[in-house]
Amino acid sequence: MTLYMLTIYQPDGGPPPPEFMESVARDLYALNQDIKAAGAWVFSRGLHAPGTATVVRVRDREIVTTDGPYVEGKEHIGGFWIVEAPDLDAALGWARKAARATTLPIEVRPFQDVPEY
Amino acid sequence: MDPERAAEIERIFRAEHGRAVAVLVRVFGDIDVAEEAVADAFTAAVQRWPADGLPPSPAGWIITTARNRAIDRLRREAYRADRHAQAALLHARDEEVEEGPVRDERLRLIFTCCHPALNRGAQVALTLRLLGGLTTAEIARAFLVPEPTMAQRLVRAKGKIRDAKIPYRVPAAADLPERLRSVLAVVYLVFNEGYAASSGEALVRADLCAEAIRLGRQLASLMPDEPEVLGLLALMLLASSRRAARTTAGGELVPLAEQDRDRWDRALMAEGQTLVRACLRRNEPGVYQIQAAIQAVHADASAQRTVDKERGGALPRRAEAASAQRTVDKERGGALPRRAEAASAAATDWRQIVQLYDQLLTYDPAPIVALNRAVAVAEADGPGTALALVDALDLGTYYLFHAIRADLLRRLGRDVEARTAYLRAIELTDNTAERDFLRRRRQSLGG
Repeated sequence: MTLYMLTIYQPDGGPPPPEFMESVARDLYALNQDIKAAGAWVFSRGLHAPGTATVVRVRDREIVTTDGPYVEGKEHIGGFWIVEAPDLDAALGWARKAARATTLPIEVRPFQDVPEY
Repeated sequence: MDPERAAEIERIFRAEHGRAVAVLVRVFGDIDVAEEAVADAFTAAVQRWPADGLPPSPAGWIITTARNRAIDRLRREAYRADRHAQAALLHARDEEVEEGPVRDERLRLIFTCCHPALNRGAQVALTLRLLGGLTTAEIARAFLVPEPTMAQRLVRAKGKIRDAKIPYRVPAAADLPERLRSVLAVVYLVFNEGYAASSGEALVRADLCAEAIRLGRQLASLMPDEPEVLGLLALMLLASSRRAARTTAGGELVPLAEQDRDRWDRALMAEGQTLVRACLRRNEPGVYQIQAAIQAVHADASAQRTVDKERGGALPRRAEAASAQRTVDKERGGALPRRAEAASAAATDWRQIVQLYDQLLTYDPAPIVALNRAVAVAEADGPGTALALVDALDLGTYYLFHAIRADLLRRLGRDVEARTAYLRAIELTDNTAERDFLRRRRQSLGG
């Protein structure tokens, strides 16, 4: 079994109309029930808007804290799932359902194995 | 080594590489281990076979030798606590390999190589490397990229298969149509790259065509019930049958209408036509089958002279046979009404070709398909009708669009516009043979 991260890429800008969000929420609830029933569930949450982000980094050994997301672009990470799946096809199967439910692109990436040290 | 023996081993290498790698990937669950093991086994074959003679089952010998050598090497590496080697050994423990007839694993390998999670370039490179047994250098040359670039592409693709766990199996029935499309697209891309190189000196890189046809034959033997697999093989065979006639001895391009049809390869043509007929009987049309049927109509026009002797040589003439409305009786397949005249472009049933393009457009409404249809319309209804169709297409950056427009304008006597269009086409192609052809055409208009 491999862990995969399914990341939702969301366009910047205001939220879609509430009736649309309601139907997305319904589809996501159903999808999450499916993932749990299949025993593939590890974790999933949506994130607050990128404006709520804070970046911390080291500059000349000093900690520098800045307001806002690390990358400014046209899209941001809206949320993600971590699922456990036997292979990429199984993970892509969840991603297809996630893309339909959110109507957004979903990036699928495998996690590295746990290092033995 | 005796050159005949060397050629024999080379032939076995090409023929069996894919099958051997496929079995070893299953055994070790790792492409790099499999490739290295198979390469080791062929090295051993080159050393032993000339003296010992060929084993009864060369493929079985290669696979058994590769497996044993890999296990020896992995044991040494596992002893040094190499986790990778330990994993491969663990995988191999549960997988049996017997010498002799081997289960064909190539289909799994093909679907892994052409997995949609890999980009097209990676799919092509992996397929040629693992199934075709081409070296990285050969693939790099064929696709005109530096060898390190191609090596990097292969390493990245194999890394993704390993890390993202792209599965090693034939997809389930529900996913098969989509997955098969990707496999066929890879094989057809290899063929086209060889048939009409988009750049470079040689118009035809025959090796790639031969490799694509070899892959097509493998697919046809592994999936004999998939009509599009047969359609693609037929399409490649029929296109290949015209290869010798497509260029002059000096490498100049010869357009279809001016080709010496006696130089078309009868054996390839007959094989392609037989496959097209089998597809028509299946009555499950698809893009490759329809394109093959179009090629078959061209072949048909050249086969007129010999067909009465062979009896099976002509295709059903009417497009409705292809369009699935009726089943062609096996015995009557070759005896449907047809015109009997000399082999020439004029003997081609352009009306039927237009109908086949109409059908193709329902599957693939791409402007390039519409452009090709217009070429057939020019023959059936005249260049004026065709020009109106061509002018409606949004293909201004495609050299063939301008080349075809130029030809139609030339035939309509609109020489000034034709010269401008030829110039535009010349600017847009990198292929030397195509460019020389267009230049000659333009010069023939004078001015």
